[in-house]
Amino acid sequence: MIAHALFFYFFSIIAIVSAIFVIVSRNTVHAVFFLILDFISIACLFIMIGAEFLGMMMLIVYVGAVAVLFLFVVMLMNVTEQKLSWFRGTKKTGHIPVGLIIGTVILLELIVIVGGWRYRDSFSETEFLSFNSEFTNTHMIGNVMYTDFIHLFQISGIILLLAMIGAIVLTYRKREGVKTQSYIKQISREREDSVQLKDVEFDKGVKLDD
Amino acid sequence: METFLQIYNETYKILLLLVPILVSVALIVWFDRRVWGFVQKRKGPNVVGPFGLFQTLADALKYIFKEIIIPASANKIVFILAPIITMTLALSAWAVIPLSDKMVIADINVGILYIFAISSLSVYGIIMGGWASNSKYPFLGAIRSAAQMVSYEVSIGIIIINVLLCVGSLNLKDIVMAQQNLWFVVPLFPMFVVYFISALAETNRPPFDLPEAEAELVAGYQTEYSGMMYAMFWLGEYANILLLCALGSILFLGGWLSPVDIYPLNAIPGIFWMIFKILILFFMFALIKAIVPRYRYDQLMRLGWKIFLPFSLVYVVLTASFLVYFDLLPK
Repeated sequence: MIAHALFFYFFSIIAIVSAIFVIVSRNTVHAVFFLILDFISIACLFIMIGAEFLGMMMLIVYVGAVAVLFLFVVMLMNVTEQKLSWFRGTKKTGHIPVGLIIGTVILLELIVIVGGWRYRDSFSETEFLSFNSEFTNTHMIGNVMYTDFIHLFQISGIILLLAMIGAIVLTYRKREGVKTQSYIKQISREREDSVQLKDVEFDKGVKLDD
Repeated sequence: METFLQIYNETYKILLLLVPILVSVALIVWFDRRVWGFVQKRKGPNVVGPFGLFQTLADALKYIFKEIIIPASANKIVFILAPIITMTLALSAWAVIPLSDKMVIADINVGILYIFAISSLSVYGIIMGGWASNSKYPFLGAIRSAAQMVSYEVSIGIIIINVLLCVGSLNLKDIVMAQQNLWFVVPLFPMFVVYFISALAETNRPPFDLPEAEAELVAGYQTEYSGMMYAMFWLGEYANILLLCALGSILFLGGWLSPVDIYPLNAIPGIFWMIFKILILFFMFALIKAIVPRYRYDQLMRLGWKIFLPFSLVYVVLTASFLVYFDLLPK
């Protein structure tokens, strides 16, 4: 049990420290790397509480796909070194008041919510889900997701699809005069279409019909 | 005391797996070059040791004693981390691969997801290496490679779903045991072909070795690396290739099971069958390296997204409807 606790503190300290470094680090690429480290340690915490499916999904979806996109954007936009000029007062921007107002509103809301927080009576004591040890986590999640919550599941899928189509529609533009290869043309090219043998008479040219 | 004993046991088991893998990576590099040579009517490495078997060891010795050069404008920490991450990830995925019915370090419920997660992480070694070099060729190579690996991971994921539909479990042992009567390569043969090609692309092997296309990008993300750090990239790459061969034999070729369950064949220990199948798959990898010319980048992307992805999706629907219609879904 001591080993378990040690590992828990190890991963949670890494998670918190790297989350702080995401915000603090000047270099945006480093910030993304710290974000990845954060995701990984949270996945490890998931695995430690026995939710191995969630942990693996965290790794595959967030670290394997989302963070790669983040990295791409950050690396390609070349915003690696963030200059904190407004912070030092060399540049006047209107960001600070707006940020302060939004921050205060969120803080007030959090205080209201946390202050008024109260568990429902049925939740105040630990209640175990009807757990059947025959099934693994994956089976249980699949069972719930595809029976009780199938509509929510499908709707969230459709929302994602809509977002994808929207992004494509917004960024896609048909450009004129772009030369591309047609694969079918390239593959279906035969020798007869492309090679001609001509007898060339001396001192006279050859006219090819194009 | 008990904890120490446990730690000792686990370390022992891990070493017993890691050392053979590192040795077999060395041998497999020799095998690869040898096959490549024979296809082109050359001899390949045949000087160091019997049949040139120690060629890779000699190369490794050379790499160890070479100077490690870090470019002046490179991001030092990330530059050094990149090969370490590549190699660590390639080796750590082996923890869940069952080499026979008892030989596995971690027999976890979500084994296949673990492998998938680790292989999706291995793109970071390449991106980090390419970015930290702070040079144009490595960066272009890294971006190409990342795009390539992310797109082929999608098709590998859907192929895995095909197999999982027939098994009903994410455990690698269960996947093998579900093939006792019929290897999945028979009903899912098109998926096996797609898996094989995707594995080539995932490991940046020829004909999909665009990240290190030497005619265009010098050596891709490895251009600025030298000495042991280059060797680590290269070790990780071959460990990854072996891993995907092992995964292919587990998913489609019945893992450690013998081809037919009759006496002289099933008396052979499972690990030999497993190694034999991995070697067969690797032999095909090596042959393809020698035979097929390199793809163009747009052709590679088109193959991944426009052909493999829809095809494997349709095959998922077909497999699922077949299983439901004939009531063969695993309980």
